[in-house]
Amino acid sequence: MKKNWPLWEVFVRSKNGLEHRHFGSLHAPDAEIAINNARDVYTRRKEGVSIWVVESKHITASNPDDNSELFDPAEDKAYRHPTFYTLPDEVKHM
Amino acid sequence: MSEKEIKSLEDIFDAKIANDEKIEPRDWMPEKYRQTHIRQISQHAHSEIVGMLPEGNWITRAPSLRRKVALLAKVQDEAGHGLYLYSACETLGISREELYDQLHTGKAKYSSIFNYPTLTWADMGAIGWLVDGAAIINQVPLCNTSFGPYARAMVRVCKEESFHQRQGYEIMLTLCNGTQEQKDMAQDALNRWWWPSLMMFGPTDDKSTHTAQSMKWKLKRKTNDELRQQFVDQTVPQADLLGLTVPDKDLKYNNDTGHYEFGEINWDEFWQVVKGYGKCNKERINARKNAWNNGEWVRNAAMAYAEKEAERKAKQAV
Repeated sequence: MKKNWPLWEVFVRSKNGLEHRHFGSLHAPDAEIAINNARDVYTRRKEGVSIWVVESKHITASNPDDNSELFDPAEDKAYRHPTFYTLPDEVKHM
Repeated sequence: MSEKEIKSLEDIFDAKIANDEKIEPRDWMPEKYRQTHIRQISQHAHSEIVGMLPEGNWITRAPSLRRKVALLAKVQDEAGHGLYLYSACETLGISREELYDQLHTGKAKYSSIFNYPTLTWADMGAIGWLVDGAAIINQVPLCNTSFGPYARAMVRVCKEESFHQRQGYEIMLTLCNGTQEQKDMAQDALNRWWWPSLMMFGPTDDKSTHTAQSMKWKLKRKTNDELRQQFVDQTVPQADLLGLTVPDKDLKYNNDTGHYEFGEINWDEFWQVVKGYGKCNKERINARKNAWNNGEWVRNAAMAYAEKEAERKAKQAV
């Protein structure tokens, strides 16, 4: 029998108030061991207060080849930003 | 894809890197970029993992609890660094298993410095001070390298590496302030580790084959000789502070250039060790193979348990 441990992606919350951030990946047979391994690999110096793990195969990623279709539509929409609107100087904080 | 299309993709790719943009795993990349990165990142990962062995040799014989926890933590960091790097390498489409296989069969290399034996406790000091010192000089520029996962792994590695060098220097300092016998032991360790540390920067620039390409891809920011000079300039005053003598009769400070001039490196020795004829090459690879093979039943048992649990949960859910 030869079956390799699957790959997991590790997300760590550095401290309460911050979001979980992707820290890297590791191999583990199941979720529980993935969390234990993530503790040893990615938080040896108190880098986190909470860990998420998800098997890498469950992540669907966008394809960089589709980037223009996905992200270009936002490019010509300057009106979504506050600086698009001209206001008199007298209006100080807005 | 036609040759012309590939050429234009390559131009866009080169422009991205020149513009300090990062390359991420799913982005298009030239095959040579992928292969070069697999080679370099895996070689780096293997060096971290094999690098645990010479120091592991002294954990049970550390002279105090303070030294023992520090050495354990350092070796554990090296395991961690190896794992960050292996997972960065896997994003390029090679499996962990293939990577280990390349190490075990000798297809992939690791840093030759780890093929030297650790004979005395002072070697733990010399390795931290010199070997980790040289590694830091090699690694800091890689925090800005072009491949995203490698750069991110290196940021993490570099943050952790500085304790390694400091604990090594502290060991040397303690020995040098001790008995004559202890000081002699420190000098002996410096004598044995000095030259191999200089070799860690690789062949001289005129003999180095990959420099131009690596510079373009930001796998290198400075040449081997520049980095080696930086190491010598930084380390000689530290040896002076310890009251130790660098084992190089040609070493002298040049007032005009502001740099130390140093003697000829024994490149025959370097190539012998690279080719597998160092003192510990066989021992290191055998230790890695044994660890992997003897751990197989544990990996299988853990996998079988995970599958059984998943099955049990699926049945309960019905």
